Amino acid sequence: MLSRVAERIYWAARYLERIENTVRLIGVYDKLMFDLPSNVGIGWYNLITINSADKAFSERYKNQDERNVVKFLLGDNTNPSSVASSLKFARENLRTTRDVIPAESWEMINELHLFVIENIQQGINRSQRFNFLDGVIKSCQQIQGLLVGTMPRDFVWYFMKLGRNIERADMTTRLLDAGVRAQMQVWDDEDVVNGHQIIWGNVLRSLGADQSYRRTIRAAVKSKEVARYIIEDPAFPRTINYCFSAMTDSLERLPKNETVLKDLQRIQKKILKTVDYSDLGEPMKDLLNDIQLDIVSIHNSISHNWFTNQ
Amino acid sequence: MTNIWNTYQCNDFYDEVMSSPGNARKPAQKLVSHFMSLSEEAVESRRIAAESTIKEMGVSFTVYTDSGNNIDRSWPFDIIPRTISKAHWDKTAAGLKQRLKALNMFINDLYHDQTIIKDGVVPAYVLEQSANFRKECIGISPPFGVWAHICGTDLVRDSDGEFYVLEDNLRVPSGVSYMLENRAITKRILPELFEEVNIAPVDDYCSQLFDMLVALSPRKISKPVVVVLTPGIYNSAYFEHSFLAQQMGCELVEGADLVVQDDDCVYMKTIAGLERVDVIYRRIDDLFIDPEVFNKESKLGVAGIMRSWKAGNVGLANAPGAGVADDKVIYAFVPDIIRYYLKEAPLLKNVETYLCYDEKQREYVINNIEKLVVKPANESGGYGMLVGPHSTKKERDRFVKLIQENPRNYIAQPTLALSTSPTFVEKNALEPRHLDLRPFILQGKDTYVTMGGLTRVAMKKGSLVVNSSQGGGSKDTWIVE
Repeated sequence: MLSRVAERIYWAARYLERIENTVRLIGVYDKLMFDLPSNVGIGWYNLITINSADKAFSERYKNQDERNVVKFLLGDNTNPSSVASSLKFARENLRTTRDVIPAESWEMINELHLFVIENIQQGINRSQRFNFLDGVIKSCQQIQGLLVGTMPRDFVWYFMKLGRNIERADMTTRLLDAGVRAQMQVWDDEDVVNGHQIIWGNVLRSLGADQSYRRTIRAAVKSKEVARYIIEDPAFPRTINYCFSAMTDSLERLPKNETVLKDLQRIQKKILKTVDYSDLGEPMKDLLNDIQLDIVSIHNSISHNWFTNQ
Repeated sequence: MTNIWNTYQCNDFYDEVMSSPGNARKPAQKLVSHFMSLSEEAVESRRIAAESTIKEMGVSFTVYTDSGNNIDRSWPFDIIPRTISKAHWDKTAAGLKQRLKALNMFINDLYHDQTIIKDGVVPAYVLEQSANFRKECIGISPPFGVWAHICGTDLVRDSDGEFYVLEDNLRVPSGVSYMLENRAITKRILPELFEEVNIAPVDDYCSQLFDMLVALSPRKISKPVVVVLTPGIYNSAYFEHSFLAQQMGCELVEGADLVVQDDDCVYMKTIAGLERVDVIYRRIDDLFIDPEVFNKESKLGVAGIMRSWKAGNVGLANAPGAGVADDKVIYAFVPDIIRYYLKEAPLLKNVETYLCYDEKQREYVINNIEKLVVKPANESGGYGMLVGPHSTKKERDRFVKLIQENPRNYIAQPTLALSTSPTFVEKNALEPRHLDLRPFILQGKDTYVTMGGLTRVAMKKGSLVVNSSQGGGSKDTWIVE
């Protein structure tokens, strides 16, 4: 397998995952708005901060309001991580690797592309946003389903799986971060009844993890338990721990994998050892930030090992 | 009920399918009677089916626009195949093989002793001013003495029904994937005809191409590594590059995927490390293939590839420098070239050609420009030419000036009465449209010609320009027993 093809497949998978998770992320705040009293201002701008996009945002917009934040995350071509940009990159990567992916996946990504272009305004306007976000998630899952059902388990598959899981781990830290920041905003607000439960319930729902959380933990939604579940649960496929194990799985199938595998296992162990749930405020924000840096270093290790180191 | 086939007007030109309204030529008889038996709606539903099949299969080509927004367009396709009798085709194919064989001997001679010039058969100026002669290739002897392994020769039929060679494309001819896709589409939409009519299959092209490429491998191993080298996604033929790689089961590589090491061998960068490459089917123009030797700015090519090729460590198809014979001035000499090397009479006719470099011929061209087609010697894709009868006074004056400034660069030919074939112009409306034919010829150890080739159609009424970049379409081509 050519290094370039491996790299493009890996990135196509990352972008596809980023699309789905960016939409999930917007979904968290969208749902919070319905559940929290109207005088509690949830800072939409948090979504920019947790995506480390403050600078790019300030170059485009003055007003840090909901409309601009959503526009920036969904449709802005100048934001390289927006849904529209990610789609463009995913398409470009798949278009140049069409000879190794199922033909229908190319058609589906084109359909998704058309859906987003035609309906982006729905996503920006609050009234129909849910339908739009839901449509994108369904479309992404349709593509994933096709890939799972029709791709041979060869190198192409494992690079795809690797890209999907590294991006998913990263995006899960950001979803968690979104919850942490929302919680810090309502912390001292006495008007908010059950504020934590509302926030963390929505974080779980956005991950599609609410049911499995209840079945696994068998307790009410509590912030610390939710954070622990999202970081450590070994069975739910969007938790950080699970994504790391899935990456290990992929790495084990690839040639000359020793260094990357060692890096990954060291980092996974370190995270599980140092994580501390006693304070879900600043310390948790810092921890999530550290995990994101760890993920960057894993990416660099992958890229160096298979894509550029020749 | 009046049938559109009975009122089809085909008397102005040689029509390949119909000899007169309502009467099909012999190879097309079953085809036409089948179409005549279908209802208007049945035909229309097949046209629609063809269109959606093309979209589904993702058959596309890229159109470059001035704004820089390149558009991926679906391939325009007419569902009525063009038919040629097997007997006629066999003679034509023999002529094509003869032609390519002679052209390869000619190219090989140009890079060695140049006896043909010393013997005065081809004048020295032709070579001295050739834009595609690569002095870097002098003295190199590629396997089998073959430089142009893949050739796309454009044929047209004149009012006499004979095939004439319009040009030989020896650099990076494209279109073969569309020939194959056209057949795949036709099988889906007219399946019943394939039972009734004895149509020669075309789908062995990719395996023939692969075998030819394998034979160029410098390493005599059981599975040499063959790759297709593409300039990338922005090339108009990218679809074809990807198609051929897929069909041959080999890697589609870009310049950045390859590297030449100190041992002068070419390697591709894989996830398991460097892997030696034996044969490269390159779809990049000579001038961009190696920044060490040609265009220094080229990001498409591979530094050192020429070194490796000269050392005999990698096979290149087509060989760099093969384009020297892909020149409309050389074209005029091909009949002489055939006689010179093969001591045979040419089996295929050339179109009469006036060389503007020659004073007398130039004078004729300038005085009769409104009757002629004027072409630059080294352009492809139908760009930069003047079709005299369809031109304005201003355009003609501009071309006279161009010819006088650079006579070597222009040739002129009489405007041919290109043959036509019935083509759907809208629902239930049949009109004759002009067409040409591009068969593909392979030469390595053996020679091979496709059964028919790619038929291109000028979709605009009266137009003679068949290039897809300029509004041309295409048809399936049937060689019928």
